[in-house]
Amino acid sequence: MDDADLAASLDLDVALRAIGATADVDDVDGLRRELIGKKSRVAAVKVGIKNLPNDAKPVVGAAVKEFTTAVSDALDSRRSEIEREALAKRGPAVDFTLGTHGRRRGHLHLITQTQRELEDVFVALGYQVAEGPEVEDDWHNFEALNFPPGHPARAMQDTFYVQLGEPEQVVLRTHTSPVQIRVMETQPPPIFSIMPGRVYRNEAPSPRNSSVFHQIEGLAIDRGITFGDLAGTMQAFTTAYFGEGVRSRLLPSYFPFTEPSAEYGVSCPFCDGGGCRVCSHTGWIELGGAGMVDPNVLVNVGIDPEEFSGFAFGFGIERMPMIKYGVQPIKTFFDDDIRFLEQY
Amino acid sequence: MRAPLSWIRDFTPVDADAPVIAEALDHLGFEVESVEEPGRDLGGVIVARILDVRPHPDADRARLADIDYGLGQITVVCGAPNIVAGMLVAYAPTGATLPGGITLEAKEIRGIVSEGMLCSPTELGLGEDGSGILALGDDAEPGLDIREALDLDDIVFDLSITPNRPDAMSIVGLARELAAHFSLPFEVPIPLVSASVPPTGEQVTVFVDAPERCPRYLARVASVTMGESPAWIARRLTLAGMRPISNVVDITNYVLLERNQPLHAFDLDRLGGRGIRVRLADAGEKIGTIDRVERTLTASDLLICDADDRPQALAGIMGGGGSEVSATTTSVLIEAAYFDPMGIARTSKRLGLRSESSHRFERGIDPEAVPAGADRCCELLGRHAGAVVSSEPIDLYPNPVERAHITIRTDRVNRLLGLALAPAEVRDALAPLGIEVDGPGPDFATVAPTWRPDLQREIDLVEEVARRVGLERIPPTLPNVAGQTGGLTLRQRDRRLVADLLVGLGCSEVVSVPLIAPTQLSRLGLPLDGLVEAVNSLRADEAVLRPCVLPGLLAAVERNAAQGMTDLALFEMGHIFGAPVDGSLLPDERDAVAVVFAGTVARRPVEPDRPVDIYDLADGVRAIAEGLGLASLEMVSADVEGFAPGRAASLVLDGEVIGGAGEIAGDALDTDVPVVALELDLDALLAGSRRDRTFRPLSRFPASNIDLAFVLDEGIAAAAVIATLRDAGGELVEDITVFDEFRSDALGAGRRSLAFAIRFRSPERTLTDDEVGTLRQAAIDAVVVAHKAELRG
Repeated sequence: MDDADLAASLDLDVALRAIGATADVDDVDGLRRELIGKKSRVAAVKVGIKNLPNDAKPVVGAAVKEFTTAVSDALDSRRSEIEREALAKRGPAVDFTLGTHGRRRGHLHLITQTQRELEDVFVALGYQVAEGPEVEDDWHNFEALNFPPGHPARAMQDTFYVQLGEPEQVVLRTHTSPVQIRVMETQPPPIFSIMPGRVYRNEAPSPRNSSVFHQIEGLAIDRGITFGDLAGTMQAFTTAYFGEGVRSRLLPSYFPFTEPSAEYGVSCPFCDGGGCRVCSHTGWIELGGAGMVDPNVLVNVGIDPEEFSGFAFGFGIERMPMIKYGVQPIKTFFDDDIRFLEQY
Repeated sequence: MRAPLSWIRDFTPVDADAPVIAEALDHLGFEVESVEEPGRDLGGVIVARILDVRPHPDADRARLADIDYGLGQITVVCGAPNIVAGMLVAYAPTGATLPGGITLEAKEIRGIVSEGMLCSPTELGLGEDGSGILALGDDAEPGLDIREALDLDDIVFDLSITPNRPDAMSIVGLARELAAHFSLPFEVPIPLVSASVPPTGEQVTVFVDAPERCPRYLARVASVTMGESPAWIARRLTLAGMRPISNVVDITNYVLLERNQPLHAFDLDRLGGRGIRVRLADAGEKIGTIDRVERTLTASDLLICDADDRPQALAGIMGGGGSEVSATTTSVLIEAAYFDPMGIARTSKRLGLRSESSHRFERGIDPEAVPAGADRCCELLGRHAGAVVSSEPIDLYPNPVERAHITIRTDRVNRLLGLALAPAEVRDALAPLGIEVDGPGPDFATVAPTWRPDLQREIDLVEEVARRVGLERIPPTLPNVAGQTGGLTLRQRDRRLVADLLVGLGCSEVVSVPLIAPTQLSRLGLPLDGLVEAVNSLRADEAVLRPCVLPGLLAAVERNAAQGMTDLALFEMGHIFGAPVDGSLLPDERDAVAVVFAGTVARRPVEPDRPVDIYDLADGVRAIAEGLGLASLEMVSADVEGFAPGRAASLVLDGEVIGGAGEIAGDALDTDVPVVALELDLDALLAGSRRDRTFRPLSRFPASNIDLAFVLDEGIAAAAVIATLRDAGGELVEDITVFDEFRSDALGAGRRSLAFAIRFRSPERTLTDDEVGTLRQAAIDAVVVAHKAELRG
């Protein structure tokens, strides 16, 4: 065969018809070997090119290349077509937006999430977590904390009384401070502990308030603990919880169980202290109380106030997300509406 | 406490800007709730005189007032009860502006157009009294701008005063603090009483029967001419949040605010026997107070009676109606006293009756300043009520208070505060507060002033030094935690783990109020004995402490269902409360966890709906048991209180029942959807024994799986069969699961078929077909014998 015959023998139309007639992937792959494989006619033509006259070489070469490319493309395209058809036969098209099997994560309550965050900050500062009963005796809730009977500061807290013991002897704790007393009664200094937990206030019912909320308190007792240590600890907590750039401040205040006593506040994280709706345009948000543990309290738990000193602080747990996320009113936390629970 | 700056300036020349003063007050411990400039939002409000008051032809409560506003006369409609002809009032004409951005427009009220209105103190932004129209002093000129008439270009600090600082509930007290802070002079002028006139023939008698409750009682008698207060007194009272009433009453209130000395003016002619007797009430005795309420007393309430022993005042709290001063009063007995704080506090709390006086007495006023307070009152009565004051007060003060003598050590101050103050700095911090400080230090003997009942101990003075230095100037440091490592206990970590496991199962955590109504228990069939009651709860549905968590959780299901959210997976962890045990005073308080599933589990297009069932609970039990690594936590069919009969199980840990699980009876809840729940004693759970965690090497050899189906009596639990199979297979059993449950007529009533998939594997070889065959037969034989089972072909 001369070279013209060789080139003419590569009949593209015949090849394409054969490709179009394939039924499955195996047919296509067999045809690929037959049409452009090592033993195919085109392979033979390609081998023969070197024997052709120089002027015929490019002509035949181009014909070979054109044939090979066209057949290969047709085979590829036919192969995908067959695969797609096969998939389509297995079932309808999938719709990923249809839904799920319904397996969902649950949600820790926002109070628990916040409490864990707060605990973790203080644990990192070297504190342990102490717990105590929610029903307390007068000694732990009031008297040991330097609220003598009839003390006007008792009126600062609306107390639930429990039908046990003498009248007004057993209460639902009005703060987590009794846990401080329990820790100091059972553990010698040094003490570095925090006390998270539920507290109760017997306030006039309203659609917005709740008779329970949660507090977290901290207590540090050792030789040489100073008010400066309190200030530094509150600043360290503020930075860890609210972020760099948020400042803490302590203003003089009054609590029976601390002296000097202070109100703990932070510069408003929303306006950087410039004044906005969240901070009532004061630039500051009051969060809780703090102070040096009153010597009377130390004496009440058998710790010598001349040898040891300490500080304590406390604030409301709900108040944090109320400020951070604007949750309102506080009763929302206890209505347990799944639409609230699933928001966090 | 509302403190006008102009009043403070009577005692110290503080001239800093309002924000600077406010910051100083904050930093001294007197929290500034707001700084008000009362005149700022008022525009166009003018003084007017009421000429006539007429009924409104078409309204019962509103009346018509003809007024003269200087430039003319007009008629306005007014609903306030206190308007009378001749009264000077604040008139806001059409176009005037009031606080809150209000601009007045003409308004038709029952057919009559009112061109503007007469204003109450609230409407003018002068305090909270909105009960009547503000009456102006008689020196106000109609037409004058109200800001000028009331001298409103003042600044009022609204302060929250802590209960340890009664002295700061007065203008003088605040002035003293600001003077010390700004290093300014401070002076309280000695009152000039235009008395010393010869006795007017008035001989009054005072007897104190209860001196421990009334350590000091001072009485002065004065003839007075009743009338309105001068504008400056009315104005200051108004700015301070009190309502001007009459010159005599206003002057007593003025002294109360200025000096922290509550006073009471009795109409002397209405005091029987023209005298005073201070005594304890008889139990059941009654007094009508000036708020027109009759109050029943106990034997611990202190009364001010007249010489005929008729009650005339509830001591230190409120006057009685019988001797109240009125327009016809011509002579008064002024009472200035010091009452025992605790006694006042008890009576005030029991009666729910609080007043500016009781508020101060119960915190402790200055017993040494009683005469000065009375003198200041007499001075003002002389100037503004035409008073002639009898020469000598009657002053019963048998046991003068002892001033507190306190030693303060400079070293102690520095050790507690983290400062390095020199002794002189300690002295200079204390002296301007009226504390007498002796010697060069470093330890000082001091004497506290009698107006500071809070200064009794060294630590009280340390606090004063801290305040005077400024808390913000104490350098922040961190304590040396002395090698203590922070961390959670194992129990605390496990408690978090249980919550996390339940969250992983798709349950959301609920925090409910642990106070519940007993009906929440009784409707579930739970017993009501041993409940811990809250005796004084203000909410009927919060009467007892929960003995278990479940009722609150089920209430959450109902609340959500009421909102249309019926498909729920919830859990709660928290304290539960039982009757005290082992002679304890306090309840038996434990930690518990409850889980509830409600409604439908899979309302999805990709699979059929399924109502929640007890196997959802089994998922929870398994997750907790595996998560905590418990050796055994089993669900054993049993009737359990709170759950539907025959549809419940006890939860058994190491042989002890520690909870229950099952379906909640359909009629117990206020929802139609199926509800299943469980509750576990979390304390027991966390204390449970843990399985062996020693590593088991992984076999390299293939597993052999067999399936076996048995026909069994209904009463036989799958777990019992699994245990038998496990025993029979010994150590070669790797896993057993139930994969089918089947009932049919062919099997017979009371019978079911259970199909088990058993996986065998040896740690050291491939099991041969023969070995597996032997194991299979042993398993069949064991189950057939132990459970009277039949192998299903």
